[in-house]
Amino acid sequence: MKERLIRLTVNGRTHEATVEARKTLADFLREDLGLTGTHLGCEHGVCGACTIIVDGAAVRSCLLFAAQMHGHEILTVESLADGDRLNPLQEAFWEHHGLQCGFCTPGFLMTLTCFLRENPHPTEAEVRVAIAGNLCRCTGYKNIVTAACAAARKIAAAPTT
Amino acid sequence: MKPPRFDYLAPASLDEALAALAEHGDAAKVLAGGQSLVPLLNFRLVRPAYLVDLNDIPGLAYIRQENGHVAIGALTRQRALETSALIRERVPLLADAMPQIGHAQIRNRGTIGGSLAHADPAAELPAVVAALDGELVVRNASGGRVLRPDEFFVAYLTTALDPTELLVEVRLPLVPPRTGTAFLEVSRRHGDFALVGVAASVTLDDAGVCTRCAIALIGVGPAPVVARAAAQRLVGSKPTMEVLQDVGQLAAADLSPDGDLHASSQYRRHVAGVLTRRALARALERIR
Repeated sequence: MKERLIRLTVNGRTHEATVEARKTLADFLREDLGLTGTHLGCEHGVCGACTIIVDGAAVRSCLLFAAQMHGHEILTVESLADGDRLNPLQEAFWEHHGLQCGFCTPGFLMTLTCFLRENPHPTEAEVRVAIAGNLCRCTGYKNIVTAACAAARKIAAAPTT
Repeated sequence: MKPPRFDYLAPASLDEALAALAEHGDAAKVLAGGQSLVPLLNFRLVRPAYLVDLNDIPGLAYIRQENGHVAIGALTRQRALETSALIRERVPLLADAMPQIGHAQIRNRGTIGGSLAHADPAAELPAVVAALDGELVVRNASGGRVLRPDEFFVAYLTTALDPTELLVEVRLPLVPPRTGTAFLEVSRRHGDFALVGVAASVTLDDAGVCTRCAIALIGVGPAPVVARAAAQRLVGSKPTMEVLQDVGQLAAADLSPDGDLHASSQYRRHVAGVLTRRALARALERIR
């Protein structure tokens, strides 16, 4: 088939769409759903800017086809904030200047969202390994690491729901 | 849109997938994790008429202990291998190699079968399978066969797989007693393909004499190189630093790697010798 009808959940909302088989998931999110928070840098799996979460795992959305996502659950960077209220990880990036131009930021945030869920009390070295698959060309990584560690502390200190 | 046009097939069973491959032959490409194939599609370096996606097929992803080996379904994600207690316990060489493959986001999607069938000469998994002399279970619509690594890996990005065949399972032997293993590599950055990598396994008897040794190298030839003569040098000896030095030199002497932009032939050969020695030393430390 050249096209496939898919039904998937993105940020808690169910969508149904007919997609061309060769359309990447990243393009589908940006062009068909208007979720332009997911950025595309290299489009061959090296830069990490397009990282999103599929069924709980951080993956490159430029290396998946939308046609493969029938029945799957997707989270993009748009799922993090509650309206204008940033979540603790986003807040930590803000407070510690973890971004400059912001292009790579959505990928970092989604990578770290997944990572901090699996490893809520990481060492700085573990954070560095976790973000090794995301490239930032502005800040260097120091502030991003600082922000990630601060976010981990903030999340740990928050009252559990 | 970056990839070329293709017909997308999402078979719901293995038989359906094999039938599609039988019908379309080399006009079809198999899509597993897509971490190598989709970049090639995005660059339009490959233009298959059909893409046969395995991801909807149930029962192709598993890790289970059977008679004397661990059987791994071809669609098993690399991340699942990395976090498996069974793999850590029974096939520690594989566990050791996993974190060195790409990044977590790649391993979340990449599969063991995809990496082996892609057969990049610098990829980690082929070295693990070669060093352990594992078995590769291959199927097509009319039957199946079981290949050894030296039969399976043919050349750069080339395996013995016929276009109608599918790699469905990998069998890796359980680590024997008094055995240590290690995987080491040198790459330009963490997560990059290895310039050179070494998978090593050493078994000692109660007197501390080596009874079995296996060494496989990547990045130094068109397919994983099993350094048999070098490994044989260790067997029957007590592994002193001098002996390990010898083994490393023997392993390097047999290689004639291609040089490229990132590393000359001479450099790769040198690193292969040093890494072989270090991998053996690390493996020996791990013997309980």
